[in-house]
Amino acid sequence: MARLIVNGTPRDIEVDPDTPLLWVIREQIGLTGTKYGCGVAACGACTVHIDGAATRSCVLPVSAVEPDQQITTIEGLSPDSSHPVQQAWLALDVPQCGYCQAGMIMAVAGLLMQNPNPTDEDINAEITNICRCGTYNRVRAAIKLAANGGEATQRG
Amino acid sequence: MTETLQLHTRTLSRRSFLITVGATGIAVAFGGLLQDASSASVAPALEGNYRPNAWLAIAADGTVTIVSPASEMGQGIMTTLPLLIAEDMDADWHKVRVVQAPSDAEKYGNPGFYGVQLTGGSESTRGYYKMLRLVGAQTRKIILASAADMLNVPVSELTTEPNRVVHARSGRSLEYGEVAAAGALPDPLPQATDADLKPSDQWRYIGNLTVPRIDIPSKVDGTAIFGIDVQLPDMLYGAVLRAPVQGEQPAIIDDAEARTVPGITHIVPLPYGVGIIGETVEATKRAKGLLKIVWTTSSRIRNYTSDRLLEEYRRIGRDLAQSGVSAATEGDAQTAISKAATVIAVDYMSDHVHHATMEPMNATALVAGDTVEIWAPTQGPTGTQGFAAEVAGTTPDKVKVNTTLLGGGFGRKAEADFIIDAVSLAKAVQGRPVKVIWSREDDVQHGKYRPLEAQHVQVGLDGDGNIIGWRHRIVADSIFARTMPQLFESEGGHDSVVTEGAHFNYAVPAHQIEYIRRDNGLDIGFWFGVGVGYTRFGIECVIDEIATAKGVDPVALRLELLKDQPRARKVIETVAQMAEWDRQRDGWALGVAYSDAFGSHCAEIAEVSLDRETGEIRVHTVWCAVDPGIAVQPRNIEALMITGITGGASHALFEQINIVDGEVQETNFDTYRVIRMSEAPDIKVTVIPTPEGPIGGIGQVGLPPIGPAIANAVARLTGGVRLRHYPFLPERVLAALNA
Repeated sequence: MARLIVNGTPRDIEVDPDTPLLWVIREQIGLTGTKYGCGVAACGACTVHIDGAATRSCVLPVSAVEPDQQITTIEGLSPDSSHPVQQAWLALDVPQCGYCQAGMIMAVAGLLMQNPNPTDEDINAEITNICRCGTYNRVRAAIKLAANGGEATQRG
Repeated sequence: MTETLQLHTRTLSRRSFLITVGATGIAVAFGGLLQDASSASVAPALEGNYRPNAWLAIAADGTVTIVSPASEMGQGIMTTLPLLIAEDMDADWHKVRVVQAPSDAEKYGNPGFYGVQLTGGSESTRGYYKMLRLVGAQTRKIILASAADMLNVPVSELTTEPNRVVHARSGRSLEYGEVAAAGALPDPLPQATDADLKPSDQWRYIGNLTVPRIDIPSKVDGTAIFGIDVQLPDMLYGAVLRAPVQGEQPAIIDDAEARTVPGITHIVPLPYGVGIIGETVEATKRAKGLLKIVWTTSSRIRNYTSDRLLEEYRRIGRDLAQSGVSAATEGDAQTAISKAATVIAVDYMSDHVHHATMEPMNATALVAGDTVEIWAPTQGPTGTQGFAAEVAGTTPDKVKVNTTLLGGGFGRKAEADFIIDAVSLAKAVQGRPVKVIWSREDDVQHGKYRPLEAQHVQVGLDGDGNIIGWRHRIVADSIFARTMPQLFESEGGHDSVVTEGAHFNYAVPAHQIEYIRRDNGLDIGFWFGVGVGYTRFGIECVIDEIATAKGVDPVALRLELLKDQPRARKVIETVAQMAEWDRQRDGWALGVAYSDAFGSHCAEIAEVSLDRETGEIRVHTVWCAVDPGIAVQPRNIEALMITGITGGASHALFEQINIVDGEVQETNFDTYRVIRMSEAPDIKVTVIPTPEGPIGGIGQVGLPPIGPAIANAVARLTGGVRLRHYPFLPERVLAALNA
């Protein structure tokens, strides 16, 4: 049994304590926006926030999450896609297949909380999520758009 | 079971045949289709009672629900295709809802692609374009006829605005919703021909930069449903432990420990592995790790070592005594080359690469008696019906396929192996759905890789450096021999997808293309760009080698070889301007490449630098100019070019599958390196539409030129050091520098 607070709602879940948080969120709780990509924390598709910090949930055993920690998934980032990162993603048509984008958005939202005006070097260092559609150009432009509160910058 | 895509000639329908005979044929065949459709079952998700045909329904509130027949794997097709119908029916795009087509090739098959539902080959927009515009035009005529009846005026006095029929003379108008609520379908239905299509100067949506992609909001809030997200009542989970070497089978299965894992319900021996079914993903994963299997050791794939084979392919390519199948011949290239003043004879090679779609292979199936229902991220619903029927012992018409969104496809999800897994396990369970999810390790190690390939190019130049003969020999195994055996046989052993792109539009007086198949048994498949991804590597690098030999500029040489092709010249001239081709860079260099593959013209210039100590190449900026003919969604075309360039750079620089004694050495993203944000070039795209058409493909167009553009840039940066082997790993670059 694990107690988790996901998107503000406490949940008691019957689960093997070794189960990665990812699979609990997806298959037990049914919030499928968070994705499985590699299972070894190499691609970032499974990124969620734990107490506001971007975390790769595919290698985190559910037992490692404290009962009072706040887990936020893409579904809980905002109720209506109003989060500035989501707004920037919509404005620039960032997703293509879209599979990696929930993790990408959560990683970027986490970055901007720590560093509201990241440089290109900061972005390169911090956003290591893999996108096989190669949306990196638009991701970078959207990060800057979100950081500037919706005002477009030159690059993009 | 042979894993083929079931694209056999028998699936070529009457409709596809008619379409090949010209525009009149389309109207005739299409009319028959529509008349069938109104009485037959329509897509269950269509809402609204007014159903002019199988492609759409209009509800009383004016909502227009349009069927999207192709698989959405990131290329934007579920916007592109419905938009074509919306254009000619004069729908208001804001009132359009899109639903995914059910598996029904008779209604929704691609008339330009064997009449089946298979998304690939950059064929969707090209194949459906004319038919869907005619569907829209006919729908508009049907609405007009209904409205004329309601207003009691002649049809000829009516016009349309988006979602509205207007009778200017009386000042009256009807919303499409009002027609839908009260109007009756005319009998017989009016037919549409080319003359009914909107002229390009009246297009509202085709070529419009502001039409948003319909799938994007769901991909920003997490509600998009991919195959892996399917959740059904009573659903079980499945995993499959596959034989480490293709072709081996489980000889002894010791599942004693695996069965002790709580939640495991079934262990199912399969011809190629062992399936595990259980109540949770975690349980199946754990049990899979506890299986003890002794595998057979008889597979010929145990002899497959990719490094060694590639060297063999290279030798065969150079050995002109080994003849292959002629893929194309114009003039007598061999004689011309024998008389040449200078002969350039070089080898280009490429390793296996893997699709590594971000969504790993997965599928969900429910088998109950002789009926099968499947939920899957598949590129090929029609093939899926055939395979599922074979596994379940039923007929394809008893198989319903629900195509979800695809988290990447790139050709991998045109295969059926993950479908076969799900149906095999669901068949063992009966009456409960089973969702099979491959681990990333399964996905990387059991791919359908791009063929291992070596090509030998010989070009003869006369005393002035003009090309007098071009001979291109491609050595690789066959994709079609496995996936479309009848086609492969009917083409006399030529695999036109493996040699795709070898045929080019440069003016050369004699051109010979040969295909030498090496049957080594490994399943190889359709990777992003398929053959063009490597044939243009050889061709575009050789063009630069010729420019060097001749002492001319590579852009100028291409323009000269394309002097009768204004669209080709335009993209090359445009990209040269964008990149400031003539401006010298300090320590960086530019390289150019061009491709006319998939019916579109694309030129790219890469700006690169090189660390001569480590051998690492850095691609800073890439400029791209593309003419796809009719540009249905220009902003999406820009995105797809970025995809092709970024993915193409990834495979040219990093991607490599190594097979040793039949076992794949790479396992996950820690060993199968792909490009990331920090390595991705900045990309500038100019789309140059040709509204009068014809329409070209676009999905794969951006990929082929980037690799040769990078190699050509490196050669210009280093005084002629040529990289002739994909990927350009640092050790290969260093070896070339020190050669």
